[in-house]
Amino acid sequence: MTTAVLPREDYLNTDYSLRSWLLTTDHKRICILYLVTITLFFAIGGAFAAMIRLSLATPTGSLVSDETYNKLFTMHGIIMVFFFLVPSIPATLGNFFIPIMIGAKDVAFPKLNLASWYIFTIGGCFTLWALITGGVDTGWTFYTPFSTLSSNTNVSLAALGIFIAGFASILTGLNFMVTIHRMRAPGMTWFRMPLFLWSMYATSLIMVLGTPVLAITLLLVAAERLLHLGIFDPARGGDPVLFQHLFWFYSHPAVYIMIVPSMGVVSEIIAAFSRKRVFGYEFVAFSSLAIAVFGFLVWGHHLFVAGLSVYSAMVFSLLSYVVAIPSAVKVFNWTATLYKGSISFATPMLYAFGFIWMFTIGGLTGLFLASLGLDIHLTDTYFVVAHFHYIMVGGAIMGYMGGLHYWWPKMTGRMYPEGWAKIGALTIFLGFNLTFFPQFILGYMGMPRRYHVYPPEFQTLNVLSSAGASILGIGYLIPLVYLLWSLKYGPIAGDNPWNAKGLEWQTTSPPPKHNFEETPVVTEEAYNYGGLEESHVG
Amino acid sequence: MADIASTEAVHPAGLQHHFDSLEQQSDASTLGMWVFLVTEVLFFGGLFTAYLVYRSTYPDAFAVASKHTLIALGALNTAILITSSLTMALAVFASQEGNGKAVIRFLVMTWILGASFLVVKGIEYTTDFHDHLVPGAHFFIEGTNIGHAQLFFSLYFIMTGLHAIHMIVGLGILIVMMYMAGKGKFTKEYHIPMEVAGLYWHFVDIVWIFLFPLLYLIDRHK
Repeated sequence: MTTAVLPREDYLNTDYSLRSWLLTTDHKRICILYLVTITLFFAIGGAFAAMIRLSLATPTGSLVSDETYNKLFTMHGIIMVFFFLVPSIPATLGNFFIPIMIGAKDVAFPKLNLASWYIFTIGGCFTLWALITGGVDTGWTFYTPFSTLSSNTNVSLAALGIFIAGFASILTGLNFMVTIHRMRAPGMTWFRMPLFLWSMYATSLIMVLGTPVLAITLLLVAAERLLHLGIFDPARGGDPVLFQHLFWFYSHPAVYIMIVPSMGVVSEIIAAFSRKRVFGYEFVAFSSLAIAVFGFLVWGHHLFVAGLSVYSAMVFSLLSYVVAIPSAVKVFNWTATLYKGSISFATPMLYAFGFIWMFTIGGLTGLFLASLGLDIHLTDTYFVVAHFHYIMVGGAIMGYMGGLHYWWPKMTGRMYPEGWAKIGALTIFLGFNLTFFPQFILGYMGMPRRYHVYPPEFQTLNVLSSAGASILGIGYLIPLVYLLWSLKYGPIAGDNPWNAKGLEWQTTSPPPKHNFEETPVVTEEAYNYGGLEESHVG
Repeated sequence: MADIASTEAVHPAGLQHHFDSLEQQSDASTLGMWVFLVTEVLFFGGLFTAYLVYRSTYPDAFAVASKHTLIALGALNTAILITSSLTMALAVFASQEGNGKAVIRFLVMTWILGASFLVVKGIEYTTDFHDHLVPGAHFFIEGTNIGHAQLFFSLYFIMTGLHAIHMIVGLGILIVMMYMAGKGKFTKEYHIPMEVAGLYWHFVDIVWIFLFPLLYLIDRHK
């Protein structure tokens, strides 16, 4: 063996054949498979969003027909929620880093992990098929009885695609839970785990408990359409509101599937770039679990105008407020971590700051919607659209982008160009706020969501929003270009470019096939930066 | 995967490369199955919720409709499934003893019982069909609201149908287990697949234990 010129063997260069990728059971390669797949879905969902905003630039809706517009926002929602946001961080960064961060060779069930990707892709193909052969117009929420009795579009096919992809989500969550329970390296106690792992554990819990209920609900919708069963048909005594209960039992917690992983990423980034242990580690860890648990008790706040009893509405409202507590614990603890930290403004940190800003706005406006009186005024307006985009795009995607930049050198062995990355992060931040902040005002003024046309006095704010969307679009293209560029031309990153703590930075970049040359032994708590003030042993 | 072959000499048979010990692998597999069963509980849970909501909304129609279920066949199937749980438990026990022949013997008995369940269920469905109990244009029940009675039978067919699909999957798993037992894979040290398959089989049984009273027995005396 010669030494100098031979590149070290890592998970990327062990085998270049297509077969070695499509039949891989390596969690790192499966991450890459997911990364490519969900980026494609993000592009498709983004294209639909672009057409929606383009159409809304004029009040008369002259770009597309009403029917097409209905399909555009439906397909945007379905693709973005089920095929981008839900798998985004868990299936990519989670897949790559959960085993490495606990010092394991792989996830507990590597074959199941690969199967998850295939199931996800097959589900995606069914949904794409539904889109290509005519689309769906029910909104991503599939509300009955419209979806079961009235809609003449490909509801069953799209529902089938989501049903199938749901099993990928269930199996991923199952895999992560077992991995975190059973695969931790010697010395890696629960309270030595980085907070990203706590957040991924909480996310997995939601995936495992929530997704099956969505699966059975969509199965009932499809069965009702195909077999004319009448479970949700009021004419035969069925209850359409039952559908809403079942749907939101999953779909509200699903929001936390999207946001909690980002919170984990932000904890990692804040610690690494302020060179401090996350303030109140245990509180931040348990707040993830608290969000997961409370998240299952608040679905009723989507039904305040659908016919809930007054008392259950009050309980749901109160419980929705309760979710604000663990969320605020996180925000305050991140801020406290920054205090007297040695802060550097690298790109991941910019995304983390962006996350805190936008999650705070998204979270606080969520309280507006949790309050019974105000919600009547704001239900089904653009206020709701702006609120959940602040959480799902401003929050979840900022965390995803931050994590992608933070761990990119580890995943690929190469650095991205810092200057361009900062420009990209700022463009996304500005574009996002310009797109969605006007929508709060529009919604408060009474512009309903999902409408193709609107009164002319709303045009200024709509044009602002559409202009923001085009900036946001450019903002997403910039990282796409330079990240791909960096794969070939980026400078070699080294094993620990951020000088960060955590097992993932102790192995080589990119990691070898089995992650570590020897199983690591953990002797210190997470984020042991500086060492002096954190000398107490847990 | 070439590196696995070289390490197989020192590793116990059946140990996968990313685990340190068979004990860890066994723990992971059983925990994985338990978590999967939790998802199954939630999957059926959605249906049970829908059933209970409608049962309490339309108690009279549901009572009338449920009298049209075939209680003798349902009871027979309950007996068959409980017996199959016994033979499955014996098969798992035999695998822990490393007794491959006994494993196969008990698996075959379990398989036959499981298949009998499906045959009986098939007879039941056929009779239901002839009795106009399948929701749709030909649905007919005397003495109550037809729509509400159809709700009962919609749920009846979905719930028992999903259960039957789980039974079919279970029969497939049993065949894989018979194949593995025939190859002599199960030893006193390594019998994880049998334990996991046993968990699944018992779970499918338990679902039926809930389905039977809910669909056949409640308010039958009225």
